[in-house]
Formats: sequence, C-alpha cells, structure tokens
Amino acid sequence: MTYPVRKFDAVVVGAGGAGMRAALQLAEAGLKVAVLSKVFPTRSHTVAAQGGIGASLGNMGDDSWLWHMYDTVKGSDYLGDQDAIEFMCRMAPQVVYELEHFGMPFDRNDNGTVYQRPFGGHSQNFGERPVQRSCCAADRTGHAMLHTLYQRNVRANTLFFVEWMALDLIRDASGQVLGVTAMEMETGEVWVFHARATLFATGGAGRIYSASTNAFINTGDGLGMAARAGVPLEDMEFWQFHPTGVAGAGVLITEGVRGEGGYLLNKDGERFMERYAPTMKDLASRDVVARAMATEIKEGRGCGKEADHILLKLDHLGMEVIEKRLPGIREIAKKFANVDPVKDPIPVVPTCHYQMGGIPTNYHGEVVVPVGGEPNTVVPGFYAAGECACASVHGANRLGTNSLTDLLVFGKASGDRVIQFLKENPGHKDLPADAGEYSRSRLARLDNQTGGESVHEVGAEMRRTMQAHCGVFRFPDMLTQGVDKIRQVAQRVERTEIKDKSRTFNTARIEALELENLIEVARSTMVSAEARRETRGAHDRADFHKRDDVNWLKHSLWYRDNDRLDYKPVKLKALTAETFEPKVRTY
Amino acid sequence: MRFRIYRYDPEKDAKPTMKEYDVALEPSDRMLLDALVRIKSIDDSLSLRRSCREGVCGSDAMNINGKNGLACITKLADLKEPVELRPLPGLPVIRDLIVDMSQFFKQYHSIKPYLQNSEAAPEKERLQTPAEREELDGLYECILCACCSTSCPSFWWNPDKFVGPAGLLAAYRFIADSRDQAINDRLDDLEDPYRLFRCHSIMNCVDVCPKGLNPTRAIGRIKDIMVKRMV
Repeated sequence: MTYPVRKFDAVVVGAGGAGMRAALQLAEAGLKVAVLSKVFPTRSHTVAAQGGIGASLGNMGDDSWLWHMYDTVKGSDYLGDQDAIEFMCRMAPQVVYELEHFGMPFDRNDNGTVYQRPFGGHSQNFGERPVQRSCCAADRTGHAMLHTLYQRNVRANTLFFVEWMALDLIRDASGQVLGVTAMEMETGEVWVFHARATLFATGGAGRIYSASTNAFINTGDGLGMAARAGVPLEDMEFWQFHPTGVAGAGVLITEGVRGEGGYLLNKDGERFMERYAPTMKDLASRDVVARAMATEIKEGRGCGKEADHILLKLDHLGMEVIEKRLPGIREIAKKFANVDPVKDPIPVVPTCHYQMGGIPTNYHGEVVVPVGGEPNTVVPGFYAAGECACASVHGANRLGTNSLTDLLVFGKASGDRVIQFLKENPGHKDLPADAGEYSRSRLARLDNQTGGESVHEVGAEMRRTMQAHCGVFRFPDMLTQGVDKIRQVAQRVERTEIKDKSRTFNTARIEALELENLIEVARSTMVSAEARRETRGAHDRADFHKRDDVNWLKHSLWYRDNDRLDYKPVKLKALTAETFEPKVRTY
Repeated sequence: MRFRIYRYDPEKDAKPTMKEYDVALEPSDRMLLDALVRIKSIDDSLSLRRSCREGVCGSDAMNINGKNGLACITKLADLKEPVELRPLPGLPVIRDLIVDMSQFFKQYHSIKPYLQNSEAAPEKERLQTPAEREELDGLYECILCACCSTSCPSFWWNPDKFVGPAGLLAAYRFIADSRDQAINDRLDDLEDPYRLFRCHSIMNCVDVCPKGLNPTRAIGRIKDIMVKRMV
C-alpha cells in the first residue's frame, strides 16, 4: 500500500448543493462521513445559481407536480427518463419546504408564503400559459441555498475535508466501489479514503468551452474519475447554452430577468422571440431561445458594431423591481458589461452553462451500467447526484430552476439510499492490493515529465476546439474534424508538464489534474455528438434537422476505452403518471 | 502592465519577497483576476485561490494596492501601477496569496450560524411577512471572503477572541430572522468584552466589503438590542 488509509462509512466527493444535501442526510443519521471538496463548501459553484428552485407549491396560482412533470418531459425533448422526472417533480415541494425550515431566506408574498416567479418552459395546464413556479431569494438563490445547506451541516457536525481533491475511484475485481484517493492541496499528501459507499456530487464541466458561465473549478472531476474507472458517461452530447451570458465576459444573467418581464431585442429593436415561440415568447425553453438568438446573429440581425450579440431589455421594469428582485444582475451588468440596466439593455450571447449528461444513475442516485442484457445494473457502493449525474431528468435540455431542484431531490434521495445500503452491507470489503497505485503513477508521470507542453496551452486548445466544433449549431464536417482534433488534444494532455514541482498548495499540479478530467468530458461530448444523427433539445445538427424518435429516442453511453459508444432505451414509463408520449415541441 | 506580487513558498523561501512582473495584457483582460490568470500561464508557480470569477464565491480576496478586495471584480483600469498584491493581512500565509483561514471560519462557526427553532416544523413553509424578510437584506448576502475581518485591527489583535465583522454580521442575520428562537442565547454568547465589544466602529469592514454590506451597522444593532434587553 503506497498511501495512508482512512476508513469511513461513506465518502461524499463535492460540497455543492447535491453533496451537502446528501451529507446532511448521512451526518444526521449518525454515520461516519467524509465530505471532500476542492474549495471551502460555500465556494462551490451552486453559489452562482441565480433564478430559483422549481417546485409546484402553487403559492401564486394553481400548480401541480404533474404540470411540472409535463414541462420537464417536454423541455427534455422527450429524452428524460419519466420515472426520475416524476420522482423529482413530486418531491420538489417537500425539499423546498425543508430548505425553508433550515433557514433559507426565500422572498415572500404578502401572506407570508414563499414568492415564486415565472421561468422559461414552466407552464400551467400542460403548456397553456406561463406559471410562477420558481422559488427564489432575489437573484441570489444558489448563494442563499448553498450557505443554508452549509449552515445546516455545521449544525449536524458534518466532517468536511476542505481543499482536498479526489483523484481516482477505487474498485475491486467485482467492480464494487470502495472509495477514492484524494490529495490535500495544502500539503500535497495523498490518502486512500476507504468507504463502504462513495457518492459523487462533483458538478459539471462547463470549462471544456472557451465561453462559459461556469466557475474555474467546474472541471468534471467526477466524470473523469468515473470514465477512467470504466464507467460510461451518458448523453454527453447535450450541453445547455444559456441564452444570456454577458457578451465577451461569459458571466451569467439569470432567466429570472425575463421571468420578471425583461425581453430580448435584435438590432432592429424587434422582440424577435414572438416569431419563434408565439405562446411562451422569451420564456420558451433555453435551447429554443438560444437557437433563436444564434439564428438572429447568423442572419445579420445581431447588435453592436460587430453585429455579434443580442440586447436584453429590462429598464421598463423600473428601479424598484430591479432593486428588489434583480439586484445582483444590476451589479453584474455594471461591472462586466459597463451598463446600468435601469437605463440601458445588457449585451448578451448564448454561453455554455450546463451539462445535461453525466454519470448514469437511476432515480435513487445509484450508478447504473449495462451488464449482460440489463442496461441499468447497479454498481454496488457507487452513487452520484447533481450535475455530475444523469438520472436522467434533464434529457436533451434542462429547464431553468430544475437544476437546484435536482440537487435537493437527488442529493437527499441518494443520501437515503446510501443509508439503506450501509444497513444492508455492514463492514468494509477489503481494498484491492494495488489501491492507490493508479493515482501514484499519474502523479509520478506529471512530476517526472520533461519536454511536455504547458497545461495552459493544451487546455486552451481543447476549449477552442469544443467552441468551434461543438457549439449551438453543429455541422457534420466540423464534428468529424472535431473528433480527430480532440483526440489529438487528448494525446497532448498525456504529456503536459508543470514547472512547479513543490508540494505546498501547488495549484499548477491541481490544474494539470483538472485538465486530465476535462479532456475525458470533451472527448465524450465530441464523440457522442458526432454519432447522434438527429436534432434534439440542445443538440442541433445541420444535416439532420429533425428529431428522429424511430432511431434516436435513446440514451448515449460513451466508454473511455477506444471511444466506444453504446445506447440504452429511454424510460418512458413513469412511476404512477401516464406516459407523456413524444410529440412535436412548440412553445 | 506592471505588478509587484508577494511570493512565499515555505519549502524554499526563508522569508517572503515581492516579485515584479511586467506582462502584456490582451483587450479581454479586464479584471485583476484576468491578469493573474495570464501571469500564471507564464509562471505556473504563482498560487492563489479563485473560482467563480464573478464576485459570489469569495475565493480570491487579497490585498490590492493596500486595500482588501476581490481580484475578479476589481477593474484593471482603476489600478495604479505597479499593482501591489499581498495576501489578506493578519492571517498566517500558507503560500503566495493563499492564507490559512481557519481562525476566520472558527469565529464564524462560533456564533452558531444556523437557524434555531425548536418547534415542530409545519407541513409547508414557515410564514414570514415581506417586512420580516426584508430585515435579512444586507445580511444574508455575505460571501465569507474575509476582506472585512482581515481589515479590522481588532481582529488582527484578537483573532481568537473577537468574532470579527463577518461573524457578527452572520450573528445578526439570525438574530434578525423572525423564524429564529435563540435570540437570548445568541446575545448571551456575545455579551463579552471581546466577542462583540472589541468593535470600535472604525468601519474598515464597510469600506472594503466587495458586496457593499455594512457589518458595523449590524454590530450596532446587536449592541442596541443588548441595551434594550437590560432595561
């Protein structure tokens, strides 16, 4: 054994919304849990979520979980698994109430209930008209939620390992997951976390693109670890481009701006969404709005000297509404776009925002892989929740607010499932003799590399390749070339060199390890996108411009070895609700 | 653009030094963090924390030309050259611009920063009027970056005993919450010559807070409530 071993009942990797919600279940159940995080928990990227949490509380008018479910299935372009979607929408009110009880500072209505705002793709009565379903704390919902969850974990005495980066998954010969290796950033020390259950809540990997709303830490560490350990990644071709990233800066402007009454304008001052989505207009789902904006720009109706962006107008909401409901947006617009939205519109462009795909799980958060003829065989001891997981509730396109709902519902559900598993499986299984060896060899390679390229340059090439070859609109020749290019970049990643070999808080080493995770995500995205010959949700193929339910109503599964692709059926059967059959999607 | 950056690697440096950098920036480099990322692409040994790059995660607090702030929302155009960057003052330096924040978080944890309410939770949400909720504005937005506490002389002198502006802002956030029932315990805990009363209202915290919050006002309100409680 090369590294010191520490034993826990469970290890949670990641302390964002999903990780901390799961950790809370485990800590309150009195289990010995280690929560590993690259950053202090309140710095996790959940902190940047703005608009709200989707839940059919019905505080502003009629609502039901079934309508929420319909909107989510339709939003997913029918690629979402309807059992998981029903589960999420039914559980949503309960987890929101719990969060309120934990102390979440939600905005309020005059009668004291939680205020809810309209959001893209959310409707009353199966698409009839927009509904107010997004539970929010001004435009800082993620911040308020993440801090509330951290605070509740402080109360529960959760054991956090702050600024520890997980390196690799440990599996035994039977495939059971027995923990992870992880590095303490301050000292460079590596430990084996030997756990009876391992839960990944490592977030997304939006940093594979040049223009991204995502934080620097969003490097798909869980996906990289899973892929290297032979677990496939599901539906990786589906990336959400958020309609309103600040042009040039990438920083997010919440859809809540449009929820509160803001709208998009082209260079002629036309409210063009009326043409693309007559009913929902600017509140159509994100793939539809992003595509409409990209089309306006492509056809020469973009704004500015370079005709390269769209304007988001909200001055008509008035100072009072902006200050009360969207204060953070005003701050961001002033800082990053040099405009005060009380007076002037904000220049925006579709910007990479969210990864719909991820580590395949069922709605209990158990990781599932094909074994023999069964496409959803549970990997014992392995769980995933939140953006790193693919349950799949978001399918080909996520609705705004459903991300935070996902974190709370599946964070809690996976925590509960872990508790049950631990009851049924007492005691630690033995670690394989070579546990930790793989991490040791990867670290040694990096430390001994000579004549290699800089992490910065190779990373930039990966991001440029993804941006140019796999963006909002996807073209067959660009995708084919993209696959070649990203494989070349992957080879270069294997030879990156860091100049700094020190042990104490060596962030150069961390960034090199992060790139090794990002490249798995980039490769899986490009390969899965090249193969999927249809247009569905966020995946828009110029050569196959329609959804093809006959051939492609199925989930992609990408394996790291030889970029092998497999597919599995979409679960159209819900838990209790009737199946929402795929139909033409209009807003 | 010219920078002077505090460098210290405990493995090889006996003491810290200021290292000069003269870097060619691109038009897209608008914030200080953009420049630091560019410097790191040239010299990968420069260590700093950073994440969201939009002023909400609180990672990249540092001392910028003598004043604490977040690198990601500090515009380069507003900075005098050479830009002098140091770690947050008053906390032990781990390396370069990275400080050990244990003491800061210990103080935050000491005020029991979570809602306390022993009644059985209702089936739905606890009700709170918009006016009651408004009491939390200017309090809950804290990002725990530590700009305030590490600009406070009282915290420099007594980091183990004085809660500091960030922790006290959080304490008042729960005192002010209509749903919290532990007000008396919270006040008892703070009624101490050090924990609360080391604040002498010099308002450095207000001056540096990157979120525009006002810990001094929150501290004043706690003191007011304490006085009222006595009469």
